[in-house]
Amino acid sequence: MTLLKLDELQVSYKLPGRGTLRAVDGVSFELEPRQVLGLVGESGCGKSTLARAVCGLEAASAGTIEFNGRPIGKLGLRKRDPGLMRIQMVFQNPFASLNPRRTIGSQIEDGLRVNPDRDAWNVADLLEHVELDAESRTRYPHQFSGGQRQRVAIARAIAAGPELLIGDEPIASLDASLQARIAILMRKLAVETGAALLFISHDLSVVRVIADDVAVMSAGRIVERGPVEQVWSQPQDPYTQRLLAAIPVVDGLGVLPG
Amino acid sequence: MTDILAVQTRRKGRLRISKQLRTPLAITGGAIVVFWLLIALFAQWIRPFDPLAQDFMRLQPPSAEHWFGTDQVGRDVLSRVITGAQVSIPLALMLVVFAMLIGSLLGAIAGYFGKAIDEVIMRIADLVFAFPTIILAMVIAAALGPSLTNAVIAMLIVSWPAYARVTRSLVLGARNAEYVIAGRLLGNGPFTSLRKDILPNVLSPVVVLATLDVGTAILLLSGLSFLGLGAIPPTPDWGAMVADGVQNFSSWWIAVFPGLAILTVVLAFNFLGDALRDALDPRSQEAVQGRAL
Repeated sequence: MTLLKLDELQVSYKLPGRGTLRAVDGVSFELEPRQVLGLVGESGCGKSTLARAVCGLEAASAGTIEFNGRPIGKLGLRKRDPGLMRIQMVFQNPFASLNPRRTIGSQIEDGLRVNPDRDAWNVADLLEHVELDAESRTRYPHQFSGGQRQRVAIARAIAAGPELLIGDEPIASLDASLQARIAILMRKLAVETGAALLFISHDLSVVRVIADDVAVMSAGRIVERGPVEQVWSQPQDPYTQRLLAAIPVVDGLGVLPG
Repeated sequence: MTDILAVQTRRKGRLRISKQLRTPLAITGGAIVVFWLLIALFAQWIRPFDPLAQDFMRLQPPSAEHWFGTDQVGRDVLSRVITGAQVSIPLALMLVVFAMLIGSLLGAIAGYFGKAIDEVIMRIADLVFAFPTIILAMVIAAALGPSLTNAVIAMLIVSWPAYARVTRSLVLGARNAEYVIAGRLLGNGPFTSLRKDILPNVLSPVVVLATLDVGTAILLLSGLSFLGLGAIPPTPDWGAMVADGVQNFSSWWIAVFPGLAILTVVLAFNFLGDALRDALDPRSQEAVQGRAL
C-alpha cells in the first residue's frame, strides 16, 4: 500500500503586485512505506515548497496529496489531524527550528506526547540514538552547536513516531564534515523505526550515499526518478546529466563526503 | 569582543541579566525604586504624624518638627508625602500590569490570527491612539466621575493599545519561525502555540515597555489628580498635593516635596527600564543565539 501519493500537485505563490509563481508544477509520485527517497534539484526548483505542501503548510492550487489514503489540505489555524502527525519534518536551519526558551528535553517530549506508541521511546533513549548525552536534556538550544541542534531536531521528529520523515535540506547549513554524518544518522533512524524518508537536498553525492531512490526536480517538475545507481550511472534527462556533471571531481569517480 | 563577553555571561543563564544591569544608572534607579517601595510598604510606621489630622499651625515652613512644613489646613506634608507613596505606586504598578496583560493578549491574538480579528482589534487601538493620551484620559475620567478607581480605568483604556501594537508586531515576526511551525506539526493548536512557543520569545520587549511605562503611569495619575479627576481631597495623593501647593504659591514646600517624590519615582523607573532594554536588546541576544548565522 502506498504511503504518500502526489497526483499532479501544483502549488502557486501570489507575487507582489500581479501574477503568480508556480513553484510546484504538476508533480506526481508515490512513496512506499520504509522507502528512502532523495529529492534533488537546484535552489528555487520547488523542493522545499513540495515538502511544505506535504506537511500541510502550503495549500495545493491543483492536484492532490494523499497520506495513507487520507487527503492533506492546508493546516491553517486548525489543530493538526492526528493521522497526519505521522508526517514529521526536520528543517533546514537548526538555529531557527528549536525554541530558544525551552530545554531540549521538553521539546523532545512534545514529540513523544503525540506518539501513538507511548512506550516506544523516552528522552534519554532518543538522545542516545542521536549521539548526544542523556544529561543534556536540561540544557537550552544555545548551548549546542549547529550539528548537535540538528540532532535534537531529528530526535524531536523521531519522538513523534513518524511513518514519513521529511528532511528539508537538513544538512545544507551544517559544516561539510558533518553533512554526511547527519544524513546517514537520519537514514539509520528512519530505517530502524520503519519510517519512510523523503530527503531533500541539492547535494547529489550525499543523496547517493543514503537514498534508495532519487527524484530530480527542475523548475517545479520531476524530470527523472529511479534507483540511485541507475540515475547516477545512466542519467536519462539532460538536466540530470548537467547536474551530475556539476559535481566537483577529483579522482574521476565523484567525491564521497565524510 | 562584546560578543564573546555576551556568550560567556549568557552561559550562566540568569546571571547575564544582573551583570548587564550593573550600570550606575540601573543601580541608582533600582535603589530609588526599592527606597520608595519600602516607604509605601511601611508608611504607617515611618510617618511622624497622621496624614489627615489638621492639628498644626497652617503653612509652617520646614522645621525640625515638620521637616517638609505644613499645608494650608495644618497637615504635616512629610506624613502626606510618605502616605502618598501608598496611593500612587501600587496603583501605577497595577495599572501597568493590567494594561500589559490586556494589551499584549489582544495584540498577540491580532498578530497570530490576522485578517478580520486583527483589523477589528487594531482599528480600535488606532482609535485610542488618535487622541492625545492625557486628554482622552481626562475626558473618560471626567465622564466616569472623579475617583481614583475611575482614573485608573480611564488610564487603562488609553494605555493598552501601546502593548497591543508592540506585541502584535513581535508575534507577526515570530509566528512563522521554524520552531513555531515544528510545534504546529506536533499538534499544537493556535493557543498552545502562542502560549508555549511564541509569547515566551516575545515578552522581554513588552516587559521593558512596561517598566518604562510605570513612570508615565505615575505622572499621568498625578496629572489626573492635579486636575481634580483622581484622588478625592483628603486622600494624600502627590498630584493633588501639588495642586494644593499651586494655590498657595508663596508656601513653596507644599508643592515641591510631593513634586520631588513624583520626579524621583518617575526617573528611577525610567533608569530601570532603560537598563532593562539594554540588557534584553534583541540584537545582542540574536548574536548570542546565533540567529545571525
